[in-house]
Amino acid sequence: MRHPLRIAAALLRVGVAEALVYRAQIIIWMLATTLPLVMLALWTTLAAEGPLQGYSEDTFIAYFLATILVRHLSECWAVWAINEEIRAGSLTLRLLRPLHPLWAYAGQVLGDRPLRLAIILPLVGLAFLLHDGPDLTADPLHWLAFPVAVAGAWLLQFAVHVLIGALAFWTEQSLALWSVWFGLWALLSGYLVPADLLPRWLQHLNAWLPFHAMLGLPVEIALGRIPAHDLLPHLALQAAWCLLLGAAALALWSRGVRRFEAYGA
Amino acid sequence: MHLLRVSAALLSVALQTSMRYRLDFALQGLMALVWLGWTLAPLLLVFGERPSLGGWSLDQALLVMAFFIALKGIMEAFIQPNLQQVVEHIRRGTLDLLLVKPADAQLLISLGRVEPASLVQLLGGAALAVVACQRLHLTPQPLHILAALALLGGATCILYSVWLIAVSAAFWFVRVDNLANLFEAIFDAARWPASAFRGWVRAVLTFVIPVLLMTSWPAMALLGQLDLPQIALALTLALAFLLLARLAWRTALRHYTSASS
Repeated sequence: MRHPLRIAAALLRVGVAEALVYRAQIIIWMLATTLPLVMLALWTTLAAEGPLQGYSEDTFIAYFLATILVRHLSECWAVWAINEEIRAGSLTLRLLRPLHPLWAYAGQVLGDRPLRLAIILPLVGLAFLLHDGPDLTADPLHWLAFPVAVAGAWLLQFAVHVLIGALAFWTEQSLALWSVWFGLWALLSGYLVPADLLPRWLQHLNAWLPFHAMLGLPVEIALGRIPAHDLLPHLALQAAWCLLLGAAALALWSRGVRRFEAYGA
Repeated sequence: MHLLRVSAALLSVALQTSMRYRLDFALQGLMALVWLGWTLAPLLLVFGERPSLGGWSLDQALLVMAFFIALKGIMEAFIQPNLQQVVEHIRRGTLDLLLVKPADAQLLISLGRVEPASLVQLLGGAALAVVACQRLHLTPQPLHILAALALLGGATCILYSVWLIAVSAAFWFVRVDNLANLFEAIFDAARWPASAFRGWVRAVLTFVIPVLLMTSWPAMALLGQLDLPQIALALTLALAFLLLARLAWRTALRHYTSASS
């Protein structure tokens, strides 16, 4: 048991070191996540005339602040790394190592969390302090569920990144598909609009799709918008999607690696 | 005249390059159309909740969206592919080959590549503008159309300038693909009417990076809500941005030391 833990710790250490080398890049990348702020400005303008489906101006502020935090906690960029390495052939190097490449990607992605949090936590924390009104939940049960939901959200993100990234084994470039996925995700996950504000029919459909579990679920848990007795079903659905998408990603990856020919390497 | 001939030659080569993979070309055009539909979803969602957004009705906001889509098409067809290529040139040191050619380097890097598939969006934007005008029972006067087109041209100049300034930064930072990402994220706010925003968000998006001017003002011009001084102001701003970008590019070139040296 000690051995895998040591590997994980080493991977994270490398990830953190890498993040520090490319710190400027990561900071710009973080700034590019301004979409929640734009949407916040927009929805508060609308809510100034009166609350929308139970969302007042203050709720929107809390919602999008939490969204920014969860987005940075569960962010993933593996699809770009995988695409680039398949195209350039440098994946070969990873395949030679006695460690599954997916572990390495996971370590790299998670390694930038300390830097991200060092920047985003003070900002979001300060904003929460300055803004008075209904904000985070005080219920310990919700705070217990929050890290679980964030971890699940990250796992789902990673699985989708690997799934779409692995398609590049067949198509050489799967970033176009990624942008289609991102468009769907942005609308249905609660990134642009809280899931409660979607049209009724879309809400019913969305309740069974994985998008909400990738962002909206942890956000709504942090705000205490999900009743305690609904927590378990939601987390169960998230876990089910993790298993399903995770298995699919692993299967596709291993099939893809078998036909990988390392162009140009 | 010579400048025009060089430009035409560059564009024709660029067109031929981008159409060499026909399936890819068709797919890209198709994707652009799908995106067009998707762009409208958040707008319809917002107006599903409220009849007006910052004083704009759905049909008026559709007009802003039309200009946003058109401008995005122009950006993805002409501006983005070129400037991304420059960054690649800088990283690999192949920029030297361009610099020794007997034509203005800025012209060479600005017209070297075109993605005609993205122009589908330009057509889509025009179609959407026609639909919006019909729903508004609006027959724009020729003068208003002219003003709107002039402002769209100005917006294109500002977009190009911001990109060129970002690329000039690449001479120092080498990797600026993230900078492009950042700008795209900010540009996305232009899909909404300017008055949908309040406070400092609106101030930043109007004065620092004038993305709100790029789409809302042409729409207002078409609606006949702008007067001549405002149009003049917007066009002057565009000119100032062009000059600033030219300056940034010249300064950057002077610091260029090629990749391998």
